[in-house]
Amino acid sequence: MFSKVLVANRGEIAVRIVRALEELGVASVAVYSELDRDAPHVRRAGESYNLGEGPAAENYLNVEKILDVARRSGAEAIHPGYGFLAENAPFAKICEEAGIVFIGPPASAIEAMGSKTRARELMKAAGVPIVPGTTEPVATVADALRIVKKEIGFPVAVKAAGGGGGKGFRVALAEEELEAAFEGASREGEKFFSDPAVYLERYLPDPRHVEVQVLADRHGNVIHLGERDCSIQRRHQKVIEESPAPEWVVDPEMRERIGQIGVNAARAVDYVGAGTIEGLFSSHEGGESEYFFLEMNARVQVEHCVTEMTTGIDIVKEGIRAAAGEELAYAQEDVVLRGHAIECRINAEDASKNFAPAPGRIGVYREPMGPGVRVDTGVEAGGEVSPMYDPMVAKLIVWDADRAQATRRMLRALGEFEIEGLKTLIPFHQALLATDQWARGETCRDLLEDKKWLKTLAFPAPVAPPEDGEDERIEQKYAVEVSGRRFDVRVLGPAFGGGARAAANGAARTAPKRGRRKATSGAGGPDVLPSPLQGNMWKVLVKAGDTVQEGQLLCIIEAMKMENEITAHKSGTIVELPITEGAPIQAGAPIATIRSAEAS
Amino acid sequence: MTDVEAHITGTVWKIECAVGDTVAEGDTVAILESMKMEMPVEAEDAGTVKEICCEEGQAVNEGDTLVVLD
Repeated sequence: MFSKVLVANRGEIAVRIVRALEELGVASVAVYSELDRDAPHVRRAGESYNLGEGPAAENYLNVEKILDVARRSGAEAIHPGYGFLAENAPFAKICEEAGIVFIGPPASAIEAMGSKTRARELMKAAGVPIVPGTTEPVATVADALRIVKKEIGFPVAVKAAGGGGGKGFRVALAEEELEAAFEGASREGEKFFSDPAVYLERYLPDPRHVEVQVLADRHGNVIHLGERDCSIQRRHQKVIEESPAPEWVVDPEMRERIGQIGVNAARAVDYVGAGTIEGLFSSHEGGESEYFFLEMNARVQVEHCVTEMTTGIDIVKEGIRAAAGEELAYAQEDVVLRGHAIECRINAEDASKNFAPAPGRIGVYREPMGPGVRVDTGVEAGGEVSPMYDPMVAKLIVWDADRAQATRRMLRALGEFEIEGLKTLIPFHQALLATDQWARGETCRDLLEDKKWLKTLAFPAPVAPPEDGEDERIEQKYAVEVSGRRFDVRVLGPAFGGGARAAANGAARTAPKRGRRKATSGAGGPDVLPSPLQGNMWKVLVKAGDTVQEGQLLCIIEAMKMENEITAHKSGTIVELPITEGAPIQAGAPIATIRSAEAS
Repeated sequence: MTDVEAHITGTVWKIECAVGDTVAEGDTVAILESMKMEMPVEAEDAGTVKEICCEEGQAVNEGDTLVVLD
């Protein structure tokens, strides 16, 4: 086993790998960009190295810098996690040449699986089913009909050679539609890509995305850990995964079959470590189910956790052991699936805006706990989620005896998960898992594309700015005990005291609502208005000597990426205004001294 | 006159219109990049592009004006 390993990644997966290393008794080295200086993975590792500023290409993807850290720290191996340098064959080769172990498959396996056409040929040769289709362009409609009838079958997709993004793509459900589909795809190919050539491929309506986890060592042992169903996707990216697939989708016999496909695929490229064979699963009403190889992911995947929950096998640790040259600790017959696990990706995204990215700063952060709950996270309270990196900030995984109970447990855990100040997919997951469609194990494709349904998942509107003429009322939440019983109450009424009050404009749900009171009382109270919070003075809207009304906007303080409006606590003349735009301000520091008319 | 605002915080990846262009409701005027995703920004009203208030590569906050339509 290695004595020290460098983790060339960030976020939750870096933390996940550091945890595995610690359990294996291996020292860990983290790397970080300037932006990630305060990120949890940096503190979690045994030692950490700054890779500098800038985009990922200048730090997390900078091979030279990472190899330099490996040498300086004395790391014997590099774990790439997923993304960044994972599945990068040249990097795997460079590591090899530098005498550092790349924790993953050999460069040759990454290369073979990286090319779609080569992977298709290899899989075909290994007896792995691929989506039936042509690899050469088809010249005429007559040729197409002959090939479809003989080799592919209906429904068939006609694809323009240069096509993409839905252009030059036509489906023929039956023979009589083939001519129109052929000509349509060819015409669009000519128009958009200046190439009328078309290919044919079996069309799978509403396919399920079912993948097989495999583990392989350097001693020729390859096992599979059953399947994961990742059919719930937005923009072709997974958002919910489960293991195993719903029992009416994959039965033990089918599991055996697709598991063998996965093992064969891994063997065909001399795979080492943890990998995944992705496939399309098509079940026809009253007909037989079909499974086709899609691609192989030559790395540990985001959703590996659900398989860990149902098999009890630590996939990350097995991958590290395999890279160190050890034999797998499990044989195929040791792998027993128990219960059901679900993973929800907690992305910083707004589902109501068609899954728009929503970076921001996290306020309060509380993870769910209790039986059968696991959270893999890369963020914490007060952390900043940058637009520079992936929106997936955490994963919530639950396990229970069966799918229905796991769903209830996930809903319970989602309800406990508190991430203040950041818009995440939590409300989306709560809504989706409560649908009958999820319960029936559908792909929910229509729901995820239903803009109207998504709009119902909107976050509470930001607190409305104050308007003139309204009574000043403030909403506060309190916990009170009445005869020993606890109640949560909302109190709506005039605000207390004369201090400044801040209105937060953000996603924070707990921000107190406030309005503005008519300027009735001009006198009374202290003259000095202290700042209610720490932040930066963003705008000053008044100057010394100005006469202001109670409730008038004086300045705006920016704190935690939110603008906080500071209003006059009473009417009068500003005699002192010790604030400047752009300068930081401490909580309690004076903003203004306002002398009442009567007093001056 | 209407402003087309950034609907997310991110970086301006591409500006898809020029001053003087006529745009229809739903036309993409710019593409923002955030969290490794490209998000098109569409005009909510039809109009003529009067001013472009951002440049490619610039970081923008949600609500910032990208393009002014006449």
